[in-house]
Amino acid sequence: MLSRVADSLYWMSRYLERAEHTARLIDVNLNLMLDESSFSADRRWQRVLATLGDPEGFEFTGDPYVLTHLITFDVANNASIISCIVSARENARQVREQISSEQWQQLNRLYHEVTRNSGDSPTDVQPSDFLQAVISGAQLFHGITDSTMNHGEGWHFIQIGRYIERATATVKLLNVYIQEFWSHPERAMEGTEYLEWIGLLRSSSAFEAYCRVYTNDVAPERILEFLLLNGENPHAVRHAIDCLQLALEAVHGEGGKRRAGPLMRLSGRLQASLEFGHIAEIVEQGVRPYLYEILRQCQEIHDALFQLYINYSIESALAG
Amino acid sequence: MTSAGPVRPLDSPPFQNYFRDDAYDEMFDEQGSVRRQYIPLTESFLSLSPDDLRRRKQSADLAFLNQGITFTVYGREEGTERIFPHDLVPRIITHDEWTHIERGLTQRITALNLFLRDIYHEGRILSDGIVPREIVFSCKHFRRQMRGLQVPRNIYITVAGTDLIRLQNGEFVVLEDNLRVPSGVSYMLTSRMVMKRIFPQLFQRCSVRSIEHYSQSLLATLRSLAPEGRPEPTIVLLTPGVFNSAYFEHTYLARQMGIELVEGRDLLTHDDVVYMRTTTGLRRVDVIYRRIDDDFVDALAFRGDSGLGVAGLFNAYRAGNVTLANALGTGVADDKALYAYVPHIIKYYLGEDPVLNNVETFLLTDAAQRQHVLANLDKLVVKAVGESGGYGMLIGPHSTAAQREEFRDRIDADPRNYIAQPTLNFSRAPCLIDAGFEPRHVDLRPYVLFGDKVTIAPGGLTRVALRRGSLVVNSSQGGGSKDTWVLSN
Repeated sequence: MLSRVADSLYWMSRYLERAEHTARLIDVNLNLMLDESSFSADRRWQRVLATLGDPEGFEFTGDPYVLTHLITFDVANNASIISCIVSARENARQVREQISSEQWQQLNRLYHEVTRNSGDSPTDVQPSDFLQAVISGAQLFHGITDSTMNHGEGWHFIQIGRYIERATATVKLLNVYIQEFWSHPERAMEGTEYLEWIGLLRSSSAFEAYCRVYTNDVAPERILEFLLLNGENPHAVRHAIDCLQLALEAVHGEGGKRRAGPLMRLSGRLQASLEFGHIAEIVEQGVRPYLYEILRQCQEIHDALFQLYINYSIESALAG
Repeated sequence: MTSAGPVRPLDSPPFQNYFRDDAYDEMFDEQGSVRRQYIPLTESFLSLSPDDLRRRKQSADLAFLNQGITFTVYGREEGTERIFPHDLVPRIITHDEWTHIERGLTQRITALNLFLRDIYHEGRILSDGIVPREIVFSCKHFRRQMRGLQVPRNIYITVAGTDLIRLQNGEFVVLEDNLRVPSGVSYMLTSRMVMKRIFPQLFQRCSVRSIEHYSQSLLATLRSLAPEGRPEPTIVLLTPGVFNSAYFEHTYLARQMGIELVEGRDLLTHDDVVYMRTTTGLRRVDVIYRRIDDDFVDALAFRGDSGLGVAGLFNAYRAGNVTLANALGTGVADDKALYAYVPHIIKYYLGEDPVLNNVETFLLTDAAQRQHVLANLDKLVVKAVGESGGYGMLIGPHSTAAQREEFRDRIDADPRNYIAQPTLNFSRAPCLIDAGFEPRHVDLRPYVLFGDKVTIAPGGLTRVALRRGSLVVNSSQGGGSKDTWVLSN
């Protein structure tokens, strides 16, 4: 497979995952906002922005609908949902012949859906319907990908992009919540705080899954464990890294002789740390440093991946 | 089930805006009866309600949009992608008409290919005075770098798209040859795909020849041109990238053939061998179906400011380590001034009269002809010789005095750069306009493949001047397309 193609598939997938994540985050918070809460709107939306990595150009000015409209439709900002979908489609367009027609059609449909609504003013749009359409549009794309595309190298690059993005997004989300609500984990939870923790689960579409495992007994440490170390919850960091590891191994297997050592070591180490990690230990040693460490390792994996498959030097390739 | 007597629907409501004049009508004969080949089609269309027609039209448009069958228009800032306007009424060509066209195109491409081989080697046709040297050497598409270069099987023109039009008397004539990087074949293929989905019953009633094997033929043609000693050649399609107006087509063909679609930045050369950069390392490339103009393929050999091509590609080509299709320098044979000499070229190399005639053409380098053209600018069509896509054209009868004045100055400044032809009232075919039928001018671009043999997909791209009264069929100028059916009996 062409290096450029791998590059585009990876980013297509990452951008789409990002769009889905952002849409869900906004949808959940718009919804929570409707419940009476001691948390000021200001703090809520600052937190949302922090979760998105405080993208430049977005600022909360008092009206949540204006902000969410901006996060959704501001084409000038790379972090907006519309920009993510445009970038995903642009990357797909670069490799139009590598993906199935069904995939392209679905991405195109999503793109037209988003751009069609982009001219409306903040008050015209039914945000929830629209955000749900983005989420299900992205999910449909992945379903179509799984059932129409060869599960070969290209498909694996799509998985790599998707799960690196998902792991990163969940870690960032956890980080913001831990910072704000973790300070007194032992004291009893107030009603509004309870809602916020459920919001965290919902933002990772993990609320129902959590209840099935722990019942509706909301405890921060359990939530942390569920979103960080659970191997079965598809939005847990560990699950994402497991999938990432599988995809990297598959790509490595197809490539054969190339020296994938450093990359496999990085991803294997991260995977092991999550698989064999224990929540009590993590809490004891500090949750936030642990989360930072995961973010750093994801970045390292990304860099090593590009150096191995995409941006390698010609001299080394001719010599090898 | 066709009725026995003549079918004359011209008085029925769907045809209330239909008109006929001295242009050849593809559907109706002089008496206003439907031509035999159009009868099953006419009956089927008339049996559909206006609503049904509209619905089918919408479903076709949606299929084009969702599949991203779009093209890019230059010189517009917004909405750079548009769907290709498509008309639902197919254009029908009978078996006999097609046999004639096929024979004519085969003859023409064979002769033009011999011509290219000749001018880049011995130049016999020039020494014999059949084609003036200055026409060849003043052509901006003549590539002196190609002198003496041996191309595989002596094939220069691998893919050609020849534009035909039909005159008042029903005769098909050649309007121009496209021998560099002709485009549009994907519209031919996808429009057939969409039509099959929308009118399945019609295909059962008419016996339409299949065009499905085009991509296999193209791949086989490219494979037959691989450098010697490369029995399992790696073939790639080289595209300028997503911003090219034909990018959809490049991706479509690459996918249909199962070959890599590469951009210049995916390729590199080392020791006169071309490689592509893959996730498993560098891989050698043997045949490049290039959809980039000559000028841009190699910044070292041609335009130094090109970022689209591959540095060192020309040396690899010269060394015989890679095949380019089409070969470089083919543009000299589709120069619109050289066009006037094609009948002589056919006669010279093949000793035959042309099967398909040319349109009468005035060369503006000739003083007497220029005089005539300048005096009749309001009646003639003037074209820039090196342009394509309907750019740089003056259509006399539809022009303003200011435009004519501008062209007069341009011609005086550079007569070699222009030719003139009579304004042709070429044939019209019925189109579906707001659930009714109206005639519009059409041309026909069949696609010719030339490797170890000549292969022509039955039919081609029928382009329509969708604006009422317009003579310009180019997509960049408001043209559209329709499916082209060649009947098998």
